[in-house]
Amino acid sequence: MKKRSEFLSAFLFVLPALLVYLFYFIIPIPTSAYYSLFNWNGISPDMEYLGFKNWIALFNDPVFWKSFINNITLVIASILIQLPLALLLALLVSSRLKGNKLFKLLYFVPMMLSAVAIGMTWNFIYEPNYGLLNSLLSGVGLESLTRGWLGDPNLALGAVIVAICWQYIPFYMVIFTAALAGIPGEIMDAAHIDGASKVQSFFLITVPLLSNTIKMASVLSLTGSLKYFALIFVMTQGGPNHASELMATYMYKQAFTSFRMGYGSTVAVFIFLISFLLTVIVLRFGRRTALANG
Amino acid sequence: MASTHFRSRIFITRLGVYILAIFWLLIALYPFVFLVQNSFKRLMEFFTGNVWKLPEVFSLVNYIEVWTSNFPRFLFNSAFVVSISLALLLLAGSSAAYGLSRLKFRFRKVFYYLFVGGMTIPVHITLIPVYIITRRIGLYDSLWALIGPYIAFNMPITVFILVSFMGGIPKSLEEAAYIDGSTKWQNFRHIVLPISRPAMTAVGIYNSVILWNDFIFPLVLISARTKRPLTLALWNFQGEFGSDVPTIMAALILSVIPLLIFYAVTRERLIEGLVAGAIKG
Repeated sequence: MKKRSEFLSAFLFVLPALLVYLFYFIIPIPTSAYYSLFNWNGISPDMEYLGFKNWIALFNDPVFWKSFINNITLVIASILIQLPLALLLALLVSSRLKGNKLFKLLYFVPMMLSAVAIGMTWNFIYEPNYGLLNSLLSGVGLESLTRGWLGDPNLALGAVIVAICWQYIPFYMVIFTAALAGIPGEIMDAAHIDGASKVQSFFLITVPLLSNTIKMASVLSLTGSLKYFALIFVMTQGGPNHASELMATYMYKQAFTSFRMGYGSTVAVFIFLISFLLTVIVLRFGRRTALANG
Repeated sequence: MASTHFRSRIFITRLGVYILAIFWLLIALYPFVFLVQNSFKRLMEFFTGNVWKLPEVFSLVNYIEVWTSNFPRFLFNSAFVVSISLALLLLAGSSAAYGLSRLKFRFRKVFYYLFVGGMTIPVHITLIPVYIITRRIGLYDSLWALIGPYIAFNMPITVFILVSFMGGIPKSLEEAAYIDGSTKWQNFRHIVLPISRPAMTAVGIYNSVILWNDFIFPLVLISARTKRPLTLALWNFQGEFGSDVPTIMAALILSVIPLLIFYAVTRERLIEGLVAGAIKG
């Protein structure tokens, strides 16, 4: 009897949070999986049961695969562009540069603004007629390079990736700055006394010491890139002709523009499953390297 | 001789570092300078003149246009949704974290992992059901529609950070109070919660930025113009002002000012809060 009242009084502390969380977050997950079996516009009372037809359609949908490949490209490009530049900036703001605190604060500004504001800012950069980039190019005599950056199917994804990198580099810079501050100064002094140059000590000492941070940053970049939505939605809406389509924008358009809620749910469940799979792989991998490191 | 050579090498490295630092500063901030300088131009001047030039007259017309297009309303909508969500989130989150970190009961671990597991789940899986539910319970197109999802989606990180902080508070502090006849609720209110203030502040800063910047829930759950929070309103300005580019730029500048003020006040704490939240989440 006492045990039960103990449970109840403790459970009451958790209950309000739990109710909202179950209602808006946990129960929708199986509900999405359920919707993925239907042809439904989300409003009308009749839902046509399709079995796994949506899933078969998904695997045969070239636009979906295009968005999937774009997501993968985004992951790889993000890691390869963001992390080295972020590390460089981290070295800058960690050096004995006058005003390095102020530089760090100013570098961080793009990271805290909304994706809508960032996306619109980059729309003004890429705009073909008065945009910042084209004006800059013609200003230095490179008119031949000016073009409609977001309107060109060959360039749209790259242009969007540049904007994403611009926003997220300061974030990784902060992570690297914290990690650099954790490297004991004596190690660097010893290397210097032994005659190592700055470049040598960077590649032979700093980078290996940062390997765990680099791994963690790659994981963040990987899982984060599956969730990108707002920036791309604001800049290109996935276009032109799906050139910059991502799984999340495709899901949104299927569900809320074409009102194909069943098919949209199928895409959503796929995003969920792939994130889950990647998280499990990453955790496994992380544990193994943790064991290997002792 | 050798020492002047050495000194000049240091000087050159220093100079290089400064040039790099200023170069990135331009990349990071020049786009905003570009927006500000052109947002003060009249439409004619913008389309006929040079975008690099300062405006001939600093005209406030565009800003007035944005301000009188319901801008204060959008600002209020964002502030309303963020403050109510944040208050409820911190209340429910801290109480749950107290239960999960300082009380012993069956299934405690199960509940903990249920909450924390949410950190890895992408929001898109829930969008369609949340949209359907919101319509069914009659909250669609109301600011209240956003509050439930906002509490739910930021609960995992809130619980995670608060549990790890509260777990580190010594048990002895509460035991003495229990002997004096205090209840669990009193201990939570008067002992654990005041000590947890640094963690609450960090979670509060993180969540306010995330909620203020959110776009996807308003996009899905709000349609009336007067109900739009700032992010959704800003996105719609693009269509509303059409080719009136300087006015859209003014809207963009106005919309980022509140966050810039918040950043100026919190500075490093905001950086640390955002990074900590993202790493754990």
